[in-house]
Order: sequence, then C-alpha cells, then structure tokens
Amino acid sequence: MAMHPKRKQRLWMVLAIVLSATAACGLLFYALSDNLNLFYPPSEIVQGKAPVGQRIRAGGMVKAGSVIRQADGLTVEFIVTDYEADVTVRYTGILPDLFAENDGVVVAGMLDEMGVMQADEVLAKHDENYMPPEVADSLKNPMKANKAAPPAVPAKTWQGK
Amino acid sequence: MKSLVQFFFKLGSPNWFYKVSSYLVPVFALLSIGLMSWGLVAGLLYAPMDFKQGNSYRIIYIHVPSSFIALSCYYMMALLAAVYLIWRTKMAAIVLRSCAVIGAAMTFIALVTGAIWGKPTWGTWWVWDARVTSMLVLFFIYMGIFALSKAYEREELGSKAAAILALVGTVNIPIIYWSVDWWFALHQGATLKLTEKSAMDSAMLFPLLVMIAATYCLYVLLILLHSRAEIIRSEQRKQWVKDLVK
Repeated sequence: MAMHPKRKQRLWMVLAIVLSATAACGLLFYALSDNLNLFYPPSEIVQGKAPVGQRIRAGGMVKAGSVIRQADGLTVEFIVTDYEADVTVRYTGILPDLFAENDGVVVAGMLDEMGVMQADEVLAKHDENYMPPEVADSLKNPMKANKAAPPAVPAKTWQGK
Repeated sequence: MKSLVQFFFKLGSPNWFYKVSSYLVPVFALLSIGLMSWGLVAGLLYAPMDFKQGNSYRIIYIHVPSSFIALSCYYMMALLAAVYLIWRTKMAAIVLRSCAVIGAAMTFIALVTGAIWGKPTWGTWWVWDARVTSMLVLFFIYMGIFALSKAYEREELGSKAAAILALVGTVNIPIIYWSVDWWFALHQGATLKLTEKSAMDSAMLFPLLVMIAATYCLYVLLILLHSRAEIIRSEQRKQWVKDLVK
C-alpha cells in the first residue's frame, strides 16, 4: 500500500524517536549498570567489590542452620549465601515475618573490618512461588501426603538476578 | 479487507466513535462487574492461603491485574501516539489522553497495593529497587503526558507534544518488565509466564486470571467513558454535539 510521502516521512520520524530514545537509555543503563543493583551478592563482597565503611546492601539466601539468636532475644546472627560465598550478618531488631532459613533476604548495613555485616535493616525477599500450605507440606513430606501424585517440586534456587 | 480499512477510518471519526461506544459501554460495564465480583469472591474467600505469606498474598488479586493494565495501557498509548503523529487522526489523540489518565490511575493502584503488600512480606513499605523505581517513573510519565497534552492553547499542539513524549517513554516498558531479571532487586521474578507453567497453585491462579480479565474489561470501560467525555469537550462547537446536548 502506497503511503503519502508526508506520512512516510512522519513514520520515519516516529521510528527515529523510539530508536534514539532506546539507544540513549541503553547507553545510560550500560554506564550505570552496577549502580542499579539493589544489593551485592556475597561472592562480590568476599571478592572485595563492595565498599568497606559505607552503608551497602547484601542479598542472598539465609544459609540453613546458620541462624543464631543471642540471649537478649533481639540480636541475631546468620549467614547470607549465594551458594558461592558466605557473608555473616549481625542484626539487632525485629525480623520480618517471612524471614526464614533457606529463604531470600536483603540486609543493609556496614561491613566491619572482620568482614561481618553489621546490619541495621533486614528485608525478606520472597520468591514467585505461591501454593496452599497442604501442597507445601506434601512437597516436604511426600510420604505423608494422601494425594497420589504430588506436583513437581519447585526448585529451591537462588534467583536474585 | 476493504471493510476492515473502512472500520478503521470510521473509528477515526469522533461522531461515529461516540455512537458505537454507547452500545459498548453497557456491555463492558456488565462484563467487568460480573467478572470482578466472581474473581474477588473466589480470590478473597475461596482461594487457599499461601504456605508462607498466609492471607496477605491475596492482595495479588488487585496488585497484579492493575500492574498488567498499567503496562499494556502504555503499549496502546504508544501505538496511538504513532498513529496520531503519522496520520493526525483526531480520535487517536483523544484516546491517548484517556490512556494517560487511566494508565496513571492503574499505576497508582499498583504502587499503593505494592507498598501495602511490601510491609508484611518484605518488612518495608518502599524500596528503591529497579522494579519499584521504574514503576514510579511510569507513573510520572503518564502524569507528564496528560499535563503536556493540556499545556497548550491549541489542542493539536498539546496532542503532538504528548504523543512525542509517549513515544520516548516507551523505553521504560521493557525496563519495567525485565528489571527483576537484569538487576538484583527485592521484587521477586514473574509468577505468570507465557511459555512455562506458572509458579502458582491452580486453585490460586484461577481467580487471578478471572481478575485480570475483569480488570481488562474495566479498563476498556473506563477508556470508553473518558474518551466519550473528551469527545464532547473537544467537539463542543460541532453541530452533532449541539444536537446531542439539546
């Protein structure tokens, strides 16, 4: 279908606007890419990529069996892992309800010279899986479940990125 | 083919759009009321609890549909912007303005419900992660487009400026969509996936799909109602509007 030359010109204009805006943003985000992450994974902290003596965030999974509660009932110590490296976190305060071992977490605070994260904020990062408690139980305990065929086990992986 | 082309030509006429939409309004009103009451009752009362989040996950039945529309509304608006800039169709500019208003409202609902959801699950109302921040930017873009479309004495100038801004703002849409995959964010990944099985139990998923359909119907209804009001306002000097008001 032949287009009016004027309209054809405008069509090219429209494409030029969209493409140049995309290119500009692409370059911008390429330049900023490291600053757009909300947190550092433990492996980058261990490699020394995260600044020391400055407030940063670390994110990963709470390592199973690593949560130690202190006698004061508020201070808690746990290990955040991305299954490549571990960072120990110490935090005094109220933990979010969804905080649990083997679940995602984002902590904010400062690294001390021992490499321990002195956190002042702990946020729970939940995953995209939703299921009723009975289904979750049957996944943990397939023998107890009375359902003949339990659904496929959702992979428990670290999906930060 | 010829009738389809004719249909699009007619769609560009405010008069014809006004007449046809008066039949569509009750249809979409009934559809959205029906689907929404079904989806809300099924989602809030009958869907099972979540194994981790308990009942607080139920805000998903508002949060996800409104976020869906907030994004898909932008696609439609960007398309209308291109149509307006190339063919100068008056109706495209009118519906574009409606998209900016309804899109801003949907984005606002998504942000507010997200904050309410964030408190019990994440432990904070707000976080400056890539997903939440890019959604806030989307809200500002919608507001900017609407403000710009009204910023000129001559309506055509405003429509043109708003259409260009709408095209430029299109870059934000893939950023929102992939923000949780490209960067470390607090927001979790997508639950509903087109290509794979959804990461949600079917008893919880079904009401969500009903709510998404309901919100789409509500969105069409709101666009129609707003566009009709805009038509009357912008065509107030035309004879057919004067006849209509009489």
